[in-house]
Amino acid sequence: MSPAPPPLSPLARIAARSGAPSVPDTPVKVEAAQLNFYYGQKRALDGISIQIRTRLVTAFIGPSGCGKSTFLRTLNRMNDIIPGTRVEGRVLVDGQDIYGAHVDVVALRRQVGMVFQKSNPFPKSIFENVAYGLRINGMARTRAELSERVEESLRQAAIFDEVKDRLHESALALSGGQQQRLCIARALAIRPEILLMDEPASALDPIATQRIEELIYDLKKTYTIVIVTHNMQQAARVSDCTAFFWLGRLVEYDRTDRMFTAPAEKLTEDYVTGRCG
Amino acid sequence: MRPRRLERVIELALLLSAVLSVLTTAGIIIVLAVETFEFLRAVPLVEFLTGTEWTPLFASPRFGVLPLIAGTVLVSAIAMAVALPMGLLSAIYLSEYAPEPLRRVVKPVLEILAGVPTVVYGYFALMFVTPLLQRVFPQMAGFNALSPGIVMGIMILPLVSSLAEDAMRAVPSGLREGAYALGATKMQTALQVVVPAALSGITAAFILAVSRAVGETMIVAIAAGQQPRLTASPFVPLETMTAYIVQVSLGDTPQGTLEYRTIFAVGMLLFLMTFALNLASTWLRERFREEYS
Amino acid sequence: MKRRADLAFRVLATGTLIVALITLAALVLDVLADGAGRLSWRFLTSLASRRPEDAGIYHALAGSVWVIVITAALALPLGVAAAIYLEEYGTNSRLARFIEINIANLAAVPSIIYGLLGLGVFVRFMGMGRSVMAGACTLALLALPVVILSTREALRTVPKSIREGSYALGATKWQTIWHQVLPVAVPGILTGLILSLSRAIGETAPLITIGALTYIPFAPDGVWSPFTVLPIQIFNWVSRPQAAFKENAAAGILVLLALLLMMNAAAVFLRDRFQRQGRS
Repeated sequence: MSPAPPPLSPLARIAARSGAPSVPDTPVKVEAAQLNFYYGQKRALDGISIQIRTRLVTAFIGPSGCGKSTFLRTLNRMNDIIPGTRVEGRVLVDGQDIYGAHVDVVALRRQVGMVFQKSNPFPKSIFENVAYGLRINGMARTRAELSERVEESLRQAAIFDEVKDRLHESALALSGGQQQRLCIARALAIRPEILLMDEPASALDPIATQRIEELIYDLKKTYTIVIVTHNMQQAARVSDCTAFFWLGRLVEYDRTDRMFTAPAEKLTEDYVTGRCG
Repeated sequence: MRPRRLERVIELALLLSAVLSVLTTAGIIIVLAVETFEFLRAVPLVEFLTGTEWTPLFASPRFGVLPLIAGTVLVSAIAMAVALPMGLLSAIYLSEYAPEPLRRVVKPVLEILAGVPTVVYGYFALMFVTPLLQRVFPQMAGFNALSPGIVMGIMILPLVSSLAEDAMRAVPSGLREGAYALGATKMQTALQVVVPAALSGITAAFILAVSRAVGETMIVAIAAGQQPRLTASPFVPLETMTAYIVQVSLGDTPQGTLEYRTIFAVGMLLFLMTFALNLASTWLRERFREEYS
Repeated sequence: MKRRADLAFRVLATGTLIVALITLAALVLDVLADGAGRLSWRFLTSLASRRPEDAGIYHALAGSVWVIVITAALALPLGVAAAIYLEEYGTNSRLARFIEINIANLAAVPSIIYGLLGLGVFVRFMGMGRSVMAGACTLALLALPVVILSTREALRTVPKSIREGSYALGATKWQTIWHQVLPVAVPGILTGLILSLSRAIGETAPLITIGALTYIPFAPDGVWSPFTVLPIQIFNWVSRPQAAFKENAAAGILVLLALLLMMNAAAVFLRDRFQRQGRS
């Protein structure tokens, strides 16, 4: 697995600001158009418009409570579970409005997977954790096919070698970092196109964090990834594009290298240099 | 989409199970009301509620329910005289005084007391308590109100204790600390600060205990007797509303007759009394919860 | 002076608890003294008889088992289903609140009223007669509020994160409940069921009211058969004037208490396993 790309040299930074593309301009996968989101009467997201591109890693950064996690959860309609929430505006995945009238939320969540901040493996065996998504979505017809898909997902999450001898032991016996990689495997098993990650490494030690970041760099060859992080260095290491949120608004959205070296907005600059937030 | 329709069907099935409780309440009301209505066509309501003789199974029957109510009230009063002070004392002790290891011993004992089947308590009242009391009060009859009343009180004590304790524990500790800081003893704090603060919760507990005593059947069916009597003496046999229903059910009264309907009329009275008490208790408990959350 | 009052109060309160403890001890010892003599294998396997020395408890024990098993078979699915609806589907709707109020009220209705309900609805209206089935239906209604309450508590202990993880994989609400929530809640549900059944097994009044007979010399041979149960047999013996029958009653009480002890021990065992599972 290749390491994260090294930070840009001063010369490269100037070249970056001048507009020379260093990241491929891929088609739009997920788009939000004038999205407002309400918890009851309180408006948590204000006029969000953004285009997230295929097979890139997009990071959402911003201080606590700025709405980045809330926005992430609108992308797979996980906020539907919370009573009293309301959405205005549109969210499009592959051009289709996911809040439209006849949208099948179940199918949406198959297409847009999610990994949570605190790893939440089911209190079942490692095998059953990964197999669950396959079973309920009817994605494996035989026991052999099931085993194959489970192994494939565990390999993709770079955890298979560590657990291959104890697939039928409880998932709760794994370490924090392993549990999180198991949750990633679980999400990947149902072959989503988009992977949403809500601060996936915030509860992990530096070594486990590094493994997750390496994993993300690898996964982006296949998946479109959106990652929420409060760790700016992580965003700089891992992502191709970064979106900066502040008090429910999208302040700036740009290629990561530009965002961190020469941001357009003063607020962004203050945030990434640590002067505020 | 087949899975979606299955979800709807499942949700409907679950809803119906939940609605069953509403149907149960409706069933109780309907069954009691229908038979009571038929009863009241034969016996005027005034006679029922104010008559002082209850002899529905006699050749020339009388349908005044006051003796049964008196019996219920007398036994319940004795039970409350035991359960309320003892329960409150126990609650104060557990909530304000008792060290943790003692609580861990006392609470299971109280739970066991609450879990003994009432028929066992009835046996105990008849075979142990009554003879014991007869040594103190030689004028006491084999069936009386005092013995089942006392035993019922002990049975209800855990209920009062645990509900009153919950109410007292809900009182913020800041109030207690304020009192201690002024030099109050534990007893003074408990009686003058905590109990008044928890008063509506404690009262709710008391009312619920009364409701429980009023509805209790087997202890009185075994130890109180089957002679409806308008009396205030705890030493003579009498009959409560609940024991009367048991008495008729044990017999051969054919269905559809007036005698048969009396158990529903008495049952309706019992239901209304306990329902009113439960309502009062719930209302007080809600008010108490609002005060402290 | 303050100290003396405080001490007196403490003595009074301790005295209260001691009285409660002594009463329990007296009860157990009294029953043991009266009944241990009658307790024997023959007692457990004989049927009722007009002669106290020959009278056994087999028919009542069998009746209790029949009734409790069917009560459990009715109360468990209905109670769990209702609890799932209230806890997972219906939160905060007006209908759900109304149902909750109903359940709370029903929990405080005297058990003999349930007997009258059973008499009117099951025995007469639905024509079940004075059968095991009618008794079980009545007791199931009585047990339902407790089963619902304890199931809801068990459901509440399942962490939200597990539900979220399941939804994020595209599971429907029922799939999440069936595959993830219920398996974790099962020990708590069973504990609640056993506790409510242990209350039901001691219930006498409602079954007398629906017509469980007090003299029935045979064990039930089917759900539509007439029956009696342990506490009713005890009641019957206690009501007889002959002293010998009182011994039978005491022996019967010992059997009933032993049964209760076993059931509560099972519930405590399950609760321990539940807590241990949660900690891992």
